[in-house]
Amino acid sequence: MALPALAIFVVFGVVPLVGVLLLSFTQWDGLGAINAAGLSNWRTVLSDPGLPHSLFVTFEIMILSWAVQTPISLLLGVFLAGRQRYRAVLAVLYFVPLLLSSAAIAITYKALLDPNFGLGAGLHLDFLAQDWLGRDHLALGVVIFVVSWQFIPFHSLIYQGGVRQIPTTLYEAASIDGAGRIRQFFSITVPQLKYTIITSSTLMVVGSLTFFDLIFVLTAGGPGDATRVLALDMYKRGFQANLMGPASVIAVLLVLIGLALALLLRRLGGSTTASQQEGA
Amino acid sequence: MRLIRRNWLGGTTGWLWLVIVLIPLYWIVVSSFKDQAGFFTQNPFALPADPTIENYRLVIESDFPRYFLNSVIVTAGTILPAVAIAFMAAYAIVRGAGGRFLAGVNGLFLMGLAIPLQATIIPVYLLIIRMQLYDSLLAIILPSIAFSIPLSVLVLTNFIRDVPKELFESMRVDGATEWGMLRKLALPLTRPALVTVSIYNGLGVWNGFLLPLILTQSPEKRTLPLALWTFQGQYSVNVPAVLASVVLTTLPIVVLYALGRRQLLSGLTAGFSR
Repeated sequence: MALPALAIFVVFGVVPLVGVLLLSFTQWDGLGAINAAGLSNWRTVLSDPGLPHSLFVTFEIMILSWAVQTPISLLLGVFLAGRQRYRAVLAVLYFVPLLLSSAAIAITYKALLDPNFGLGAGLHLDFLAQDWLGRDHLALGVVIFVVSWQFIPFHSLIYQGGVRQIPTTLYEAASIDGAGRIRQFFSITVPQLKYTIITSSTLMVVGSLTFFDLIFVLTAGGPGDATRVLALDMYKRGFQANLMGPASVIAVLLVLIGLALALLLRRLGGSTTASQQEGA
Repeated sequence: MRLIRRNWLGGTTGWLWLVIVLIPLYWIVVSSFKDQAGFFTQNPFALPADPTIENYRLVIESDFPRYFLNSVIVTAGTILPAVAIAFMAAYAIVRGAGGRFLAGVNGLFLMGLAIPLQATIIPVYLLIIRMQLYDSLLAIILPSIAFSIPLSVLVLTNFIRDVPKELFESMRVDGATEWGMLRKLALPLTRPALVTVSIYNGLGVWNGFLLPLILTQSPEKRTLPLALWTFQGQYSVNVPAVLASVVLTTLPIVVLYALGRRQLLSGLTAGFSR
């Protein structure tokens, strides 16, 4: 009974994973014949000064968006774990950004941040009416903000689930011992959420490697190449410049970085009990 | 003992975040009912002075219905088979626990959770061309099914494991086959998880951008997110019309969410943070 799922997953998941490694040693323009190319693509890509830049931007967005999303999601998760009715309503509203496609979100923010016709111009607020997507650092900041806007709701729900599973007796015992709210948060909530934090961080970090549609529609990698992350780099080399070989090299790098990060985060977890879920 | 648990920091963050979430959403909806003059001159947050459905008419009278239908076909065509085969696989994995083959299959699916779709897109493109499926809706559907499987199997195995063994045993004593148990016992008990993975995968496919971008070419094969992107270029001066199309592409998924919310949230919790 597992065979149909296995078959389609192997054909469109496992075979391409091996295939991309093979393609990284070939020359192909996306239409014509595929020819062996030895190590030339690897040499081209690894010596291309564009690569360190894409890597840097990718990690910059990964780390900064993690640093923005984690504390806010954690706080929101703790807050939402309360059982009051209005919090349930808030949780419903929080989820809405996750229902929009990245394309829709990118288009919306592009219009909102337009220096001439967007929010800043409409409200006559000069600080909002900047050329947000036209300056390197502002564009990077916008990408991180929009990513957080889209995904904090999801992670706050994960944390909400985690918080609800912490035994209340721990808090009762702590308050008998005279621990205050802040002390309880750092001595009980955070340690108890260790696996939730690791799961959520893994999803954030590995997921950030796949930000493509959002950045593609929002900035197309610009201005210049200020937001040209690896996934975008791969698309541009492969499907715009028709250099599938070098693009495959980038794809292999994406897989390796993703796996390395997932393993690193799992090791940080230092336990096997939650390993099944950490796979996510 | 009753604890007084005030959480000012969390509360403030919570309400602040609500504002941050709602401002753009409110702005999209309000602006989509403004005419262009009103959009450019009015306060962005003011209700339309002269509400108009002209933008919606413009969008609906374009090729939008076709894109909408394409998205429906791709989404339904993905989740129905994906959930069915993932359910069968999850059932086999739980019931055949201990078998090395099934353990290996399960491990492969779990590993699949870490494979980014982007990284495999070039060989998938090659595969689709060789299968002569390029520029068809099936070209989007097949890889979408494959990439729905890992998470579906993870969530479904978690649920099927919770079905008490005794129930299976008593059905077996009554002479039920594996298929019978799958249909009459596991299926009804796993319904919330099936709804969860259907909505979750449906959401991903409905909003998918990369596969349609790379695996299709002609305008009549466009799905909604891709259509939005091209709309944006086409109507770049008519922002309200673009926003109306954003509303129209999101509306069906909001309705679906309203219907299946409880299962979705409980299923996600079960899948991620146990």
